[in-house]
Formats: sequence, structure tokens, C-alpha cells
Amino acid sequence: MQSETLVVPRHLVSEMILHCKEIYPNEACGILAGKNRTVQKVYKMTNIENSSVSYMMEPREQFTVMKEMREQGLEMSAIYHSHPQSDVHPSPKDINLAFYPDSLYVIVSLINEEQPAIKAFEIKNGLIREVEILII
Amino acid sequence: MAVKVRIPTPLQKLTDGKDEVEGEPGTVISLINNLDKRFPGIGERISEGGKIRRFINIYLNDEDIRFLQNEGTEVKDDDEVSIVPAIAGG
Ligand SMILES: [Zn+2]
Repeated sequence: MQSETLVVPRHLVSEMILHCKEIYPNEACGILAGKNRTVQKVYKMTNIENSSVSYMMEPREQFTVMKEMREQGLEMSAIYHSHPQSDVHPSPKDINLAFYPDSLYVIVSLINEEQPAIKAFEIKNGLIREVEILII
Repeated sequence: MAVKVRIPTPLQKLTDGKDEVEGEPGTVISLINNLDKRFPGIGERISEGGKIRRFINIYLNDEDIRFLQNEGTEVKDDDEVSIVPAIAGG
């Protein structure tokens, strides 16, 4: 059974936000790796689209990271990306391209630079459901 | 001996939950077509009209097949083929 909440240590949340701010005004993307839905590690990935409205992880880097995760017994608890200029909800493109329904999709909105908004969603068969994030 | 094929989590529903299955040597596209005979539905998730779908990346051992001969890349016994859906959005 998958737990209902995504559990993320505070320092990893900071690391993810920092990454999103570094890549601003473009979209940042990465992987939250862990056991089930408890995150243990942040992988900052390269967005090959270099765009403020879309992202695609560099395929080879993604392949290498997934291999490392498999070797370390880590799962892809969540996939994160930033919305530099839009709100914290999945875009139509996010829904169309959600190829990993078992992972959660975390969005970091930077509309309010001082206080980024972060939410996690399950995206399955075109349906979105918000999942609570527990910061520990 | 056979080809080792790594199945990504989203497609494991079609392989009875297996993350690794055996494939037959030949070209990448023939390997996928053969997989589809054993795991119906997997073929169309990976390819369309004999071409690998845009958001699917395939690796032969550690090489992206786009830098080899794409769908026509030859796969031999003991090779490892990884099927990796892209991670993208907007
Ligand atoms: Zn998005």
C-alpha cells in the first residue's frame, strides 16, 4: 500500500526550492527519490527545453539517475518541476505527459518569490488528485 | 541466453509486475513486436507504425538507440535493453 502523504525532510525542500530559484526564469526539474513516499534524496536534473513554460529532463541523465536509484534501492517518490510564472496546479501539458502514474508530481510555483507555493499531485489517467506534503 | 529487457514501472502492469523480462535477439523493433505477442498492449505503448514513440527513450546497454540505428539497431543475446519514458511537462 502506498502511503497517502509525501514526506519530505525540510532541508530537501530547501534544496528543491533553491534549485528552482537558480534556474529561474526557466523551469527547473528534478526527482525526489526515496522509499515509498518518504523522500531521502533530491536529484537536480537538466531541463533540455531551457524554457519558462516547459521542461524535459535530459534523457541520458535521467537514465543514469534511474539506474543509480535502482542500485540504491530507491524509488522515484516524486517528480518535481517549477512554474516560474504560473500557479501551483498541473498544466494541461503536465497531465498529458504524466507517464509515471505511480510517482507523485510536485510543483513549485515561484509567482510569489518570497513564499514559493509547493503542492503534490497524483496524475492518473488524466485525473488529478492533490496529495498532502508533510515537511519533517 | 536471451536479451534482458528492463520494463519501466508504468508498463509493469502489462508484464505481470515484472521489471525485467527476456527478449529475442534481432532489431529493436522486432524485439518490441515479439514482446507484444507475450504482453499484449506493450507494443503500442512503446511504438507506433514501426517507430519508437517520441516520449519513449530506448537504451541498448548504455547507448541511446537514437545515436545508433534507431529502431533498426541490432540487439544480441546478453545485451540489455532499457525502455525509459521521458519525464516532461509544462
Ligand atoms: Zn507544470
